[in-house]
Amino acid sequence: MNDVIVKSLVVPAHPHPLLVPEQNAGWQRIRDAYDEARKVVEESGADIIIIYSTLWPSIIGHQIQALPEAEWTLVDADFHDVGSIPYKLKIDAEFAEAWNQANHARGLDSRTVAYHGFPIDVGSVVALKLLNPNNDIPAVICSSNVYADRAETSVLAKSCLDALAATGKKAVAVSVMSLSNRMFTEPINPIDDRIHSQKDDEWNQKILELLSQGRLEDVAQLSRTIHNQIRVQKVVTFKPMWWLSAMNDNRNDLNGDVLAYEAIHGAGAGVIILDPTSSGQGDIEYDEDDVEVFAGERSVLANMENPETVTKSNSDIVHASSAPKPVGAYPHARREGDLLYLSGIGPRHPKDNSIPGGPIKSPEGESLEYDIKAQTRAVVDNLEIILKEAGSSLDKVIDVTSFLVNMERDFQGYNEVWAETLGKVGPTRTTLAISALPTPIAVEMKVIAKA
Amino acid sequence: MAKGSIVAGLLAPHPPHLVYAENPEQNEPTSEGGWEQLRWGYERLRESLSEVDYDCLVILSPHWQTYVGTHFLGVENFKSLSVDPVFPNLFRFHYDMKIDVELAQAIHDEAQGQGMSVKMMENPDFRVDYGTITSCHMVRPQWDKPIVAISSNRGNAYYSVEVMQEMMLELGRVTRKAIEDSGKRCVLIASNSLSHRHFTTESAVPEDMSVEHITSHAMHLWDMRIIELLRAGKSQQVVNEMPEFVEQAIAEADGGALTWMLSAIGMPEQEAILHGYGTIIGTGNAIMEWPCHAWSDA
Repeated sequence: MNDVIVKSLVVPAHPHPLLVPEQNAGWQRIRDAYDEARKVVEESGADIIIIYSTLWPSIIGHQIQALPEAEWTLVDADFHDVGSIPYKLKIDAEFAEAWNQANHARGLDSRTVAYHGFPIDVGSVVALKLLNPNNDIPAVICSSNVYADRAETSVLAKSCLDALAATGKKAVAVSVMSLSNRMFTEPINPIDDRIHSQKDDEWNQKILELLSQGRLEDVAQLSRTIHNQIRVQKVVTFKPMWWLSAMNDNRNDLNGDVLAYEAIHGAGAGVIILDPTSSGQGDIEYDEDDVEVFAGERSVLANMENPETVTKSNSDIVHASSAPKPVGAYPHARREGDLLYLSGIGPRHPKDNSIPGGPIKSPEGESLEYDIKAQTRAVVDNLEIILKEAGSSLDKVIDVTSFLVNMERDFQGYNEVWAETLGKVGPTRTTLAISALPTPIAVEMKVIAKA
Repeated sequence: MAKGSIVAGLLAPHPPHLVYAENPEQNEPTSEGGWEQLRWGYERLRESLSEVDYDCLVILSPHWQTYVGTHFLGVENFKSLSVDPVFPNLFRFHYDMKIDVELAQAIHDEAQGQGMSVKMMENPDFRVDYGTITSCHMVRPQWDKPIVAISSNRGNAYYSVEVMQEMMLELGRVTRKAIEDSGKRCVLIASNSLSHRHFTTESAVPEDMSVEHITSHAMHLWDMRIIELLRAGKSQQVVNEMPEFVEQAIAEADGGALTWMLSAIGMPEQEAILHGYGTIIGTGNAIMEWPCHAWSDA
C-alpha cells in the first residue's frame, strides 16, 4: 500500500448542511458529521486536501485548479434560495502543476487553470468550507472528464500518487458526491425530506455497508451498476469511486467509518471516512485491466489511428491469464530489456483462489495449521505459469527473494521444496522473515528471470 | 394593450469559441479569428433581425441546468464575470445584462398555473451561465434588449426524452400565452448545438481551423437530416424523431431548448432559414431562423 494517502473521505455536495442545517434534523446530522470529519482531517497530518470534483465536468482531458487564492461568491444553480456562499480557498498551485506534469508523463491530457472568477463547483466549495474552514491545509481540485472511462480515471489517480511521492506530501483524498442522486423534482418542505425511493435507499445502504467494511474496491467495481440503478444520468457518472479506489491502491481492506447518512432533497448524502490502515481482511478479485499509462482516446472514439502506440506502451506488462489474479492493482510481471521482473507471487490456486496446504489463519484471525511444503510447491507452480505466459521458463530464473511469515517453523519445509525445484536451476536467493502478507499465506517469492 | 407576439424563433448555439473568435472588448482572451462560417452565419442572422422591431430576447440555455423544476432569472440586472468551466482559456466575459423580470414572472406564473414545477431565481449573487451569455451576445452584441432567461430542467436525465419533450411542449405553450398577454414582441432563442460529440483534445492554437471537423460521419448525417427537416418546415417530425436524434447524436437538444422554441412558435410548417452551419471542437452547430413576423404579416 502507498503511504501518502492518510485518509480518504466521501462527502455530499449539496449546500444545505452548510447554509441551512437548522431546517432539517438530517441536514444537521450531516453538518455534525462534517464537523467530525474536519477534526479527523486536522489531526491527520495531511499536507494537502485533494478533491476529485464530480460537479466540475471537463471535455479536454482533466483540469486542475491552480489559482493560489480562489475567491468568489457562489450560488447554487438549483438551490439559490438557501443563500450565497462567499469563499476564499487556498490552492496548492505548485502541487497542481506537479500533478499536471505527472498526468502528461502517464499519457493523460490535462491542464491547470488559474483564472480569477473561475466557477469552482458547489460541491468542492461546500466540502472545503466545512472540512477546512480556515484554509489550514492547502487544497487542489480536479475535474471529472465526461468521457473518461475507468482506465483513464485510474491513471489519473496513479499520476496523483506519483506527484505526491515526488513532492513528499501526505494527502487526504476527497470524493464529493451524492450516493443516489435522484432528487425530488419539485420544491419540498425541508422537514419532509427523505430518500427519494426505497430502491435508492437500499442501494445506498449496500454501498455504506461495503464502505463501512473498508471494501472500497468492491464499490468501485460496482460503479457502473450503481450508476444505472440509482443515479440520474447526468454527464458525470459514479466514477469518483474509481478514482478514490485507485488512490488507495484498489484495496478492500481499509477501515471504514460511516459518520452519517441522510437525505438532501431526496438524494443520498453520506459522510464516510476511510482509513488506510489494513483491516487484515478483504480479499480482492480485481478483474479489470489495470492500466498504468493512458494510451488513447476515450472509449467512444477508440484509438484506431495509431494502434502501435497502444501496443508499444503496454507490451512490457505481463498479465498471465492462467495465473491467480494479483491481489492489488499491479501486473504479474514487467519486461525490461532482456529481463522479466515478477511481482511477489504467492501460492493461491489459479482456479478458485484456494490456498494449497491451507490458510495460516481463519477469517476471524485464529491461527490454523498449514502445510508449508504444499504452499511452496504452489508458489513455484504459479511462477512457472507466469514465466511461461511471458515467454520464459523456470530454468531462466536468475534471482529469487523469498518471504516467510514464520521462519522458525517453515524454513526447513520451504528449503526442501526449493532443493527439489528452483534449487536445481541455481538462482541466487535471499530469504526474509516478515510479519505478514496481504492474504493468509505463509510464503511468497519475488523473481527476476531472463525473458 | 396590443396582443404580444413572438416575432422570431432562433436556433442559436452557444459554444464560447464564437465569442472568443469575435474578440469583443468584454472577453479577456483574444484570438486570431476562427469558425468564420458560423460567425458569418450569425452576421446574416443579425442582418435579418435588424429590421425587426422587438422588445426582448427570451432564451432557454442548457447550461443553466436545474433538477428541481424550471427556473427564471428574477433580478433586474446582472453584472459580473463569466468564466467557462470547460474552456476558461477562451471565455472570460464581463457581462452586464438587463432582465425583463415582469415577463419572466408572467411566464413563471402561467407555467405554475398549468401545474408545472417552476421557481424564480432572485439571488443577486447568481452568476448567469455562459450559454445564455454567448447566444445573446452573438444574436445581439449591443446588449440593449432585456432578456428572459429560462433554465434547462433536466427532464431527459430524470425520465426520458419523451417526458422532457412533453414538459417543453407545455413550457412553449405557456411562454407563448404569457408573451401574447404581455403585449410585448419577443425573439425566442433555443441555445443549443445539434450533434454534440466533442473532440477531447484541443490544438495549441484553439482557432486552428485545419483540425476542425465533425467527429464522425454519423454525426454529420444526423445534423444534415435535422437541418433539412427544419428547412422543409417539418418541425413536428423533428420533435417526433428527437429520441433517436438525442440518443444517436448525443444531441444537445436533450436540454429541451429546441422543442420549447418550436412549441412556442406553433410547431411551424413554414420553412426555417439556415444562416450557417459549422463544427466547433467536433460538435455540429446550425444557426437558423423562423421569421414569425413575416408569417403574421402575410
